[in-house]
Amino acid sequence: MEYLLIIISAIFVNNILLSQFLGICPFLGVSNKLSTATGMSGAVCFVITLATVVTYLLNKYVLLPLDLQFLQTIAFILVIAALVQMVEIVLKKISPSLYQALGIFLPLITTNCAVLGVAITVVTKEFTFGGEAHLLNLGEATVYALATSLGYGLAMILFAGLREHLAGNAVPKPFKGLPIALITASIMAMAFLGFSGIV
Amino acid sequence: MAAKSSLKNMALCLTLVCFFCAAVLGGVYAMTKAPIEDAKQQALLNSIGMVVPEGGEISEMMTGEFGSLSFEYYKSVADSKTVAYAVKSTVIGFGGPLELMVGVLTDGTVYATKVLSHSETPGLGAKCTEEGFASQFRGLAPEKKISVTKDGGDIDAITASTITSRAYSLAVFNAVELVKSLQGEELDAWSGATPASENNENKEEQK
Amino acid sequence: MSKWSLLTDGFVKNNPVFALVLGMCPTLATTTSAMNGLEMGLATMFVLILSNVVISLLAPAVPDKVHIPVYIVVIATFVTVLQLLMQAYVPAVYETLGLFIPLIVVNCIVLGRAEAFAGKHNAGESALDGIGIGIGFTLSLTVIGLVREILGSGSAFGWKFIPGDGILAFVMAPGAFLALGYLMVLFNKFVKKQ
Repeated sequence: MEYLLIIISAIFVNNILLSQFLGICPFLGVSNKLSTATGMSGAVCFVITLATVVTYLLNKYVLLPLDLQFLQTIAFILVIAALVQMVEIVLKKISPSLYQALGIFLPLITTNCAVLGVAITVVTKEFTFGGEAHLLNLGEATVYALATSLGYGLAMILFAGLREHLAGNAVPKPFKGLPIALITASIMAMAFLGFSGIV
Repeated sequence: MAAKSSLKNMALCLTLVCFFCAAVLGGVYAMTKAPIEDAKQQALLNSIGMVVPEGGEISEMMTGEFGSLSFEYYKSVADSKTVAYAVKSTVIGFGGPLELMVGVLTDGTVYATKVLSHSETPGLGAKCTEEGFASQFRGLAPEKKISVTKDGGDIDAITASTITSRAYSLAVFNAVELVKSLQGEELDAWSGATPASENNENKEEQK
Repeated sequence: MSKWSLLTDGFVKNNPVFALVLGMCPTLATTTSAMNGLEMGLATMFVLILSNVVISLLAPAVPDKVHIPVYIVVIATFVTVLQLLMQAYVPAVYETLGLFIPLIVVNCIVLGRAEAFAGKHNAGESALDGIGIGIGFTLSLTVIGLVREILGSGSAFGWKFIPGDGILAFVMAPGAFLALGYLMVLFNKFVKKQ
């Protein structure tokens, strides 16, 4: 039951893009085509989940016992950079077509605030799922990361769909491109606000 | 231009850079450790000072249990007698944990409350930090659970934020109950002994 | 490129928020008030200037294949230094900006400028670029924050001029996108003179 709450909260109530504002750069930059948006979401989903697990373990078994929390930022980002590098190498070997399709976006996931953001949130923020406010354990953290990235994908795909439609319509010149996309995003954010309070 | 990308160069460069950066960080960390601790202490003392009567000396942090919940609390001591307790009370609000510092006098009366952190909606639940809402709790000596008018109680809830208001009331009530149980334990410890003012501190420490 | 234009390019031509569309995450998240936007901009500028200078000094000695991790380590070091200093001396600001301080390390502006500029220019020019872009970023964030604060809370820099609340949507998620969108239109039309 607790896991269900985590999932609903991460996908809808505190959607990483429309509520926490993490991962906005690719959200605005990659969402003009539905196919690239889907590919990007999949890659991000995988990296966020994997990175969260690894950084959680690093934090718990290395940083905390050695009282090295001030190295958290630098340690986490290095882990993420290394992970993305490894994912690139593995992907190139097992699925060259997907690797080609993602192109430049794969290394860019390193600088995606969502990845580092989720990694840090999971080890610092106290959550109230299933009772008193507490820090997440590994299982909860993994589910949270997975659900968060599903929420990311959901928002990306919805947005890309909307943008593809917009591209075919008559938008006033000053609004063309990014401004109208932002206004669309604002209406989406308003819609997602309606989910607040259900968990 | 950049140096040659031989394995030796790459490894050397990375190692040197990491080493140097770690040294810089270690240095800054050592330098700022004390000021950071001081800043935290100061912030804590400020928030406690806002909820208890002036002039008392604040004790170390203590933990107490009431029901199935554990609390952090501090005592405000004047003339070797506990004057008030500052209890950190956390409940689940509308958007996340709602953390209050509640000042309770030894007779179970609420002195003042302060919101430490919340995740409530701006303009709605977030109004719980405002004086207009918080002032309702000053001077309350609740015999039974504090509730909002909707539930038959005395507290005027924030418009359209019943859940936040209920949570706030619960947090305050929990703090008062904790203090009452702590006081009860202290009275039990004293009964049967001659209460002299030097003995009081010893008895409290025995607990 | 003259020294003066290096500095002022960051204000309009290379404005990170409105022209380059970089660093969007803190732009949307920390502009709930003018003060917050200003503080975030200054924090980012601190890291930007220092990392630009150090990276421009290191770049000739860094093998090409490892330049990204090296840049990241340098930037992360400065971000951590900033975190420690803020926790020690301005803890209230640190609490308000929260997660977005460590996130400066993945702010596309910082790594982007390091890659595009600092790696190829000398320390002095890199510093000027850092200052220019930093000022551009800070100004943009402050303006967006000011708009959201005026419309959303009826105050400016904390000074309230109406009793009660404004259009609360502006201090919440939708307002961020909306304010940025419309300000971008104004920027394109009047400042960039398209």
